Amino acid sequence: MPKRLINLTVNGEAYEVAVEPWWSLLYTVREELGLTGSKEGCGTGDCGACSMLVDGRLVTSCIMLAVEADGCQVTTIEGLATDGNLHPVQQAFVEKGAVQCGYCIPGMVMAAYDLLRRNPNPTLEEVRLGLAGNLCRCTGYAKIYEAVLAAAERMRGD
Amino acid sequence: MASARRSLNVVGKPLPRVDAWGKATGRTRYADDLSLPRMLYGRLLLSTQPHALIKRIDVSRALELEGVVAVITGRDVPVRYGIMPVGQDETALAVDKVRYAGEPVAAVAALDEDTAEEALSLIEVEYEPLRPIMSIEEALRLPEPRIHDYVPAGNIHRLASLEFGDVAQGFAEADYVREDLFFFQGNTHLPMEQHSALAYWDPAEGKLTLWSSTQTPHYVQRALAKALELPENRVRVIATPVGGGFGGKSDPFHHEICAAKLSMLTGRPVKITLTREEVFYAHRGRHPELMWVRTGVKRDGRITAMEFQAFLDGGAYSSYGPATTYYAGTFQTITYRIPHYRFQAVRVFTNKPPCGPKRGHGTPQPRYALEVHLDKLAHDLGLDPVELRLRNLTGPNEVTVNWLHITSNGLRQCIERIVEASGWREKRGRLPYGRGIGFAVSAYMCGAGLPIYYNDMPHSEVQVKVDRSGNVTAYSMAIDIGQGSDTVIATVVAEVLGLYPEDIRLVTADTDLTPIDLGSYSSRVTMMVGNAAYEAAMKARQLIFRAAARELGVPVRRLEARDRTVFDRRDPSRALPFAEAARLAEARFGLISTIGSYRPPQRLGTYKGSGVGPSPAYSYSACAVEVQCDPETGEVKVEKVWLAHDIGRPINPILVEGQIEGSVYMALGEVLMEEQAFRKGQHRAPSMLDYKSPTIKEMPPVVSILVETDEPRGPFGAKEVGQGPLLCVIPAVANAVYDALGVRIDETPITPEKVLKALDEKAKGGPGRVGPERKPDFAFREPTRVERPPGWPHYRPHEEG
Ligand code: FES
Ligand code: FES
Repeated sequence: MPKRLINLTVNGEAYEVAVEPWWSLLYTVREELGLTGSKEGCGTGDCGACSMLVDGRLVTSCIMLAVEADGCQVTTIEGLATDGNLHPVQQAFVEKGAVQCGYCIPGMVMAAYDLLRRNPNPTLEEVRLGLAGNLCRCTGYAKIYEAVLAAAERMRGD
Repeated sequence: MASARRSLNVVGKPLPRVDAWGKATGRTRYADDLSLPRMLYGRLLLSTQPHALIKRIDVSRALELEGVVAVITGRDVPVRYGIMPVGQDETALAVDKVRYAGEPVAAVAALDEDTAEEALSLIEVEYEPLRPIMSIEEALRLPEPRIHDYVPAGNIHRLASLEFGDVAQGFAEADYVREDLFFFQGNTHLPMEQHSALAYWDPAEGKLTLWSSTQTPHYVQRALAKALELPENRVRVIATPVGGGFGGKSDPFHHEICAAKLSMLTGRPVKITLTREEVFYAHRGRHPELMWVRTGVKRDGRITAMEFQAFLDGGAYSSYGPATTYYAGTFQTITYRIPHYRFQAVRVFTNKPPCGPKRGHGTPQPRYALEVHLDKLAHDLGLDPVELRLRNLTGPNEVTVNWLHITSNGLRQCIERIVEASGWREKRGRLPYGRGIGFAVSAYMCGAGLPIYYNDMPHSEVQVKVDRSGNVTAYSMAIDIGQGSDTVIATVVAEVLGLYPEDIRLVTADTDLTPIDLGSYSSRVTMMVGNAAYEAAMKARQLIFRAAARELGVPVRRLEARDRTVFDRRDPSRALPFAEAARLAEARFGLISTIGSYRPPQRLGTYKGSGVGPSPAYSYSACAVEVQCDPETGEVKVEKVWLAHDIGRPINPILVEGQIEGSVYMALGEVLMEEQAFRKGQHRAPSMLDYKSPTIKEMPPVVSILVETDEPRGPFGAKEVGQGPLLCVIPAVANAVYDALGVRIDETPITPEKVLKALDEKAKGGPGRVGPERKPDFAFREPTRVERPPGWPHYRPHEEG
């Protein structure tokens, strides 16, 4: 069976890429486009390490087929920092000590970014709910939710 | 050593980690993010059988598949290896026999992942099943079938049997004696990053390079050399940033050796990344452990004697098991003065993935047993459990009954701070039914005092190079596994040279480029690498100061380095930028490249088994946990955790808090839900969905309290924090459940089913306990009698020079 040609816009750049119909979006972005910031922690949709935005929707890209994203706008962790400046969510993760081994962090940051776009002023409970699909084995989560709350504050400009 | 007598510039400050930027942006390259031109993709075929002879393996159909480049089986990699010299019992692929479901039996290399996967399905393996041995009891009871024949008898892997003092006499002095049985279920590290290794054999150079997610590049280098029959200096291991280890990436692994072998056969780079399911089989996690403890006390709660027996389920191979066996009994004595102490342990082989070191290596299980046991003892005596502990504490500068040298000891302060912060005295026994508070303490080492294989060389060496641009590079084999070792090295070097952590370039974890560090295990890195980095940086500073002193016309002793400047303390206007001072030093002395080496102090004990336990220093922790239990559902909800940790001094308080919070998290997973359990020889939950671990929703608030004792042997007074704080949380939860409901769950994890069962039993007039009922019928050999340190507990060793 021949590969299928799909069009992806990833972090603002347009790609035409030939994929097997069973390839996941995560695999395609990592292996074919060389954007390795998004991580595989399970490959079965259970950990959130592969989180990215597809047409503005947060997805676990390991269980989304690349062909399903044909024609879509994709944002990965590599797309958040602009002109060498960290996004406020990333900045808060760095400053609050929310990063340890770092493996869950791309997914965490994407989930937090998505949450704050939808809800710029979340409560602690809402942050917990928003990140409940992202596992982290290092931090115990405390510094992660502190970072998200701090980022929210900064983004609101309070 | 380097105590914090003067005001510090960067040590102790809440600065961001040096690697945070790369990790927050996705730029950090983990092993699976690497690729090389013409790279092949490798996969492992796993045994479906827990225990079987391999009658036949036919790889011909796999080899015929287009895109498959090589297939290997056990015969291609038959040399045995293992992390410990006494445990050389593994092969990269099973030879003739499989010992657990999930053990690799063949490996393929193909042009792409899809083909590699398809090839696996074309390999035919014919097994002749043997009876699987799946529990401690079975292993002790059934001498046949034997899982390994290299051990003297049956399925017994290792034994320990020691007695310090005279236990019979100690019990004779007791007013009250109590004994208890506990079971600690096995669980696994579950690092977010799946293990991954990329191997490249360069035939021109005759040299192998392996990039791997490993905590122990030096030991992997040695194992690769052995398994592949290469000289050690033809093997280069580069540890990539580890996406979570917790002890689970401390062994040499099948996929590392197979990737290397496949690269040697094909002449192309080969990468093997484990699937999540395969990570569960790679394991090396917490040993399931059955424990029996018996303690004699005076009426006032002072301990007169203790006996501790442990039965460890080691899984199918040795791994770190010989050490784990001793860790079952070694650290009871560093928190409490136990005048007469007997410890006996047996580690058995079973047909399960091998157990090994997980955060706390072999000590969370006995700590859980001990701390719950003491809680029960306190209740029997009508004493506050905190009070019972205060009456038995070790102090600073003392030698334990089993010859461990405690230097700084902040346990008492930890307890006092926890009692106060948690409201212990107001809450214990006074909270409404269903709500409870529990307490426990613990301690851990700051690095194993002995290396894995015997040698008398340093455990850690650091090189510092200062060049004419003012650039400072520190070289160390330490690998950052998330614990923050990069930040520790950069902070220590920066402090000494008057720079900032971000000014220090790091070259780490490369066996070709960096001087030795034994690895990120046993909480050794801050202590050992920190000291080596301090020494190297001090020597560089000395050269820079000498050159600057001449230029500024002030004596060396008046110079200070701070804010990227070298200046006269008396007249700070006499100053040189650091880079300028570096140039002067290079002009005068040539290349500024200095070294530091660290070797732990000599152990005091000389008995067999005394190699496990000695450490330059010990960290201490105390914790209180408040729970809300639902008697209808049996659910235990942790409301809040207070944890005080004797850190010596923090190199970076944010990182210290992060380690405490992470330890609490991991402990809560172990005590409430995590289980590496098996059914019919198969892992019950080899996926992230089925293996329950806490999410952000279950994580309670944690109050971290840092107690500072200024450890004389630690760099800037620092001690470990990566593992110690986990230990006390587990028993504190169990004790809190008792305070809440009056039932004892003497077995982890404390699941709703067990709580309900205990409540039910209690309602029927029973004791309200769930836990093991019987100690296995096993005759330990007579213990080796070891003299106590003379004058114990007042014995003082000669201080090393
Ligand atoms: S890798 Fe996609 S959810 Fe785990
Ligand atoms: S930082 Fe390691 S898994 Fe989250």
